[in-house]
Amino acid sequence: MVSFILRRILVSVLVLIAASFVMYTLTAYSAHPLDDLLSSSALNKEKLIQARIQALQLDVPPPLRWFLWLGGAAKCLIPLANACNLGKTISNANVTDILPMAMQSTIQLVTGALVLAVVLGLALGIITALRQYSGLDNAVTFTSFFLYSLPSFLIAVLLKEFIAIGFNNFLVSPTIPMGIVIAIGIVLGLVVQSVVGGDMRRRLVVGGVTTVLSVTVLYAISLTGWLLKPGLGPVFILLLSVGIAVGATALIAGLRNRRALITGMITVVVALGSYFTLQGLFDMASVGTLVILAIVAVLVGLLVGYLMGGYDRGQSMRVGAITAALSGGLVLLDRFMQSWPTYVSEVNGRPIATVGYQTPNLGGDVWVSGIDSFTHFALPTLALLLISFASYTRYARAGMLEVMGQDYVRTARAKGLPERTVVVRHAFRNMLIPITTLLAFDVGALLGGAIITESIFGIPGMGQLFFAGLGRGDLNPVMGYFIVIAAMAILFNFLADLAYAALDPRVRVR
Amino acid sequence: MTNATGPIVALEAVLPESKAPESQGRLIFRRFLSNKVAVGALILTFLIVLFSISAVGLGPIHGWWKYGYTDLNPQENGGTPTMSLIPEWLGGKGIFIGNHPFGQNRIGKDYFAMTMRGIQNSSLVMVVLGLIATLIGVIVGSIAGYYRGKTDAILMRITDVFIVIPALVIGAVVGHAFGGFGAATLAVMLGFFTWMGIARLVRGEFLSLREREFVEAARVAGASDARIIFRHILPNALGVVIVSATLIMASAILLETALSYLGFGIRVPDVSLGNLIGENQSAFLTRPWLFWWPALFIVSLALLVNFVGDGLRDAFDPRHRRFSLRRMQEERPSLAEDENVRAGDDGDFMDAQKK
Repeated sequence: MVSFILRRILVSVLVLIAASFVMYTLTAYSAHPLDDLLSSSALNKEKLIQARIQALQLDVPPPLRWFLWLGGAAKCLIPLANACNLGKTISNANVTDILPMAMQSTIQLVTGALVLAVVLGLALGIITALRQYSGLDNAVTFTSFFLYSLPSFLIAVLLKEFIAIGFNNFLVSPTIPMGIVIAIGIVLGLVVQSVVGGDMRRRLVVGGVTTVLSVTVLYAISLTGWLLKPGLGPVFILLLSVGIAVGATALIAGLRNRRALITGMITVVVALGSYFTLQGLFDMASVGTLVILAIVAVLVGLLVGYLMGGYDRGQSMRVGAITAALSGGLVLLDRFMQSWPTYVSEVNGRPIATVGYQTPNLGGDVWVSGIDSFTHFALPTLALLLISFASYTRYARAGMLEVMGQDYVRTARAKGLPERTVVVRHAFRNMLIPITTLLAFDVGALLGGAIITESIFGIPGMGQLFFAGLGRGDLNPVMGYFIVIAAMAILFNFLADLAYAALDPRVRVR
Repeated sequence: MTNATGPIVALEAVLPESKAPESQGRLIFRRFLSNKVAVGALILTFLIVLFSISAVGLGPIHGWWKYGYTDLNPQENGGTPTMSLIPEWLGGKGIFIGNHPFGQNRIGKDYFAMTMRGIQNSSLVMVVLGLIATLIGVIVGSIAGYYRGKTDAILMRITDVFIVIPALVIGAVVGHAFGGFGAATLAVMLGFFTWMGIARLVRGEFLSLREREFVEAARVAGASDARIIFRHILPNALGVVIVSATLIMASAILLETALSYLGFGIRVPDVSLGNLIGENQSAFLTRPWLFWWPALFIVSLALLVNFVGDGLRDAFDPRHRRFSLRRMQEERPSLAEDENVRAGDDGDFMDAQKK
């Protein structure tokens, strides 16, 4: 195993070096870094040109210059020496100085998109596999085909022009027309009845209840102007949390497991208690406080589950942790909502941003700046998410269908396990194994896709660094971008291989 | 007695009609033809491409449309599309196309001609890129898979080197260097950097096929390596190659339009569906049609080629059937029954447990 890892790392480094050579020479021969100076009318033009040639070592031919660049980049591998040198940009800034800033927003964007794509894609894929050939399944199959054929720049431009501007215009007087309310309700009803499945009567009842419920909620939202002054309040937090606890129990332990259900309920009571006690602390909270609170919440959930125990302690603990995390999230959401009117008035009533990664000169506490991040990153994340979402859905569906036909699933059914256990414990876990490979490839694709999203939404991330650098003929930032991306892609591939070997004992590592 | 003769009579009735066994190729071809969606998509793709070529002509030959894609024309109606497709009896203005069916851009160029030229260029890139990538991929993959050992290791490491760079990144660099030389050059150069997926697939096929008996037989009969590779193994790997070539073509459209949108692909004054959108994005609110026409054709071309690819995959490997209306109707009742039975069993078991 150790020799495998060492050999893989060695090969990866060699591959990375070779790829950097390809990239460097290609970019260098396509670049014209002196163009802006050659066409300028400055008096000291010659001097400026000479200075830039000196600074960027343009007198050295590209293949040789690559060795100079590699020499600087190799120093990055020495730990703690801080001798990293990735060259300078045209405007004489160190690439190593601007790279971390750019990485921050790109990582934020890509992580958000990746996590959401995986969670939503897997969920939808599994549901459509379990309800194969239902109306929902066909609709999702067609949609994912369509998403495959939709270029990401098109999605991004459409989101920007329709959703952002449309939503901001809508927010001026947020009343939803009755026709749309009913249409949304019917669509939701159709989706939910398809997910629930079962016989005609059950589906009609569930679909009908969903439609009526969602129409009522939407109508209430429209009538009370909730979108201008949103908030959940203790009553809705309680209702939603109870729903979460029941849902988590049904999914993980089954409603027959009373101890798990009681764990969930106790956790809900704790969360509600924290809602009343923590409001004061929230007013002066920082990001660190929130992280600590989140960890504490999960620990409390685990503890409650542990104390409730029972014949299957692990199940109760999982239910407790999930309920705690989600209902804690509701409490936080409520607090964010309380700051929403402040934020909206701060940005002149047009909250969804189309450019940049934060509102300049925005004062305010962690809540307001949190909302600010959200409104800036929501649409780019959505645009990026839609690229890989379709492929996760399709892979998850295909994988789930394959696993459900395996012998061990039949065995599990034959020994009388309830369908929930068969799906969650036997099928789902095995379906995840091939997804690890897809995940590794997807990181590279998302980082590449970020170029387009960032340039459309004007986010100063790594894609922007690359895009602008390539346009100006500025070689070093392009290479800085490349080295991060390539290292990331190699790292994730490597991790996927290891994970695969760990998860699937049939795969032997040589 | 009737029971015994029944099947025999049926057999006799069937036997005279049974035809000579079909070749693999014919079988696949028939399976593809039975897929209405894929065949329709293939025909439609050809029609769109032919329409675009005949409309604005190819090279020096002038097409049937009166304007070229570089001609400057006086603005008509502020550049709005003159086309109307709603007949008068439905309350529209009647069916006519007018002078500028897709409208005009800011400086008065005819947008129909531009869009048609864009379709031409984008489909040229799609086909050429697909062919080049497939060719290189097949050569690299088959050599690596056939010879194994050191050759394989070296070729696959080279593949890794190119795979590390995301397609859009290498595409942008290549497009930046060669985009000014026209669509064909861009397509060839992009093809040199998109063959990796196909090479890996072909290598995998070769690794398993080279162990089969027919290869052994050919080798014993004294066939040369080249003959074994091209006459014996490659035809058996053709399915994988054709399917992935189609899918590469579908993603080639998306790559080219994305690059042109960013300004690294086909450049003004030449036209691509991507740079039409990139150029006119700022006019989205004042002249939305400048955005919608190219968008419509990008999505439909990519969607159609994807449908063809999916149809081919089904034809080559029927196990992979993904979506078929007929099969759905056949399977649904049995599936529902199955689920009912299972649910019933579960319920019984639970009841028994409770007792």
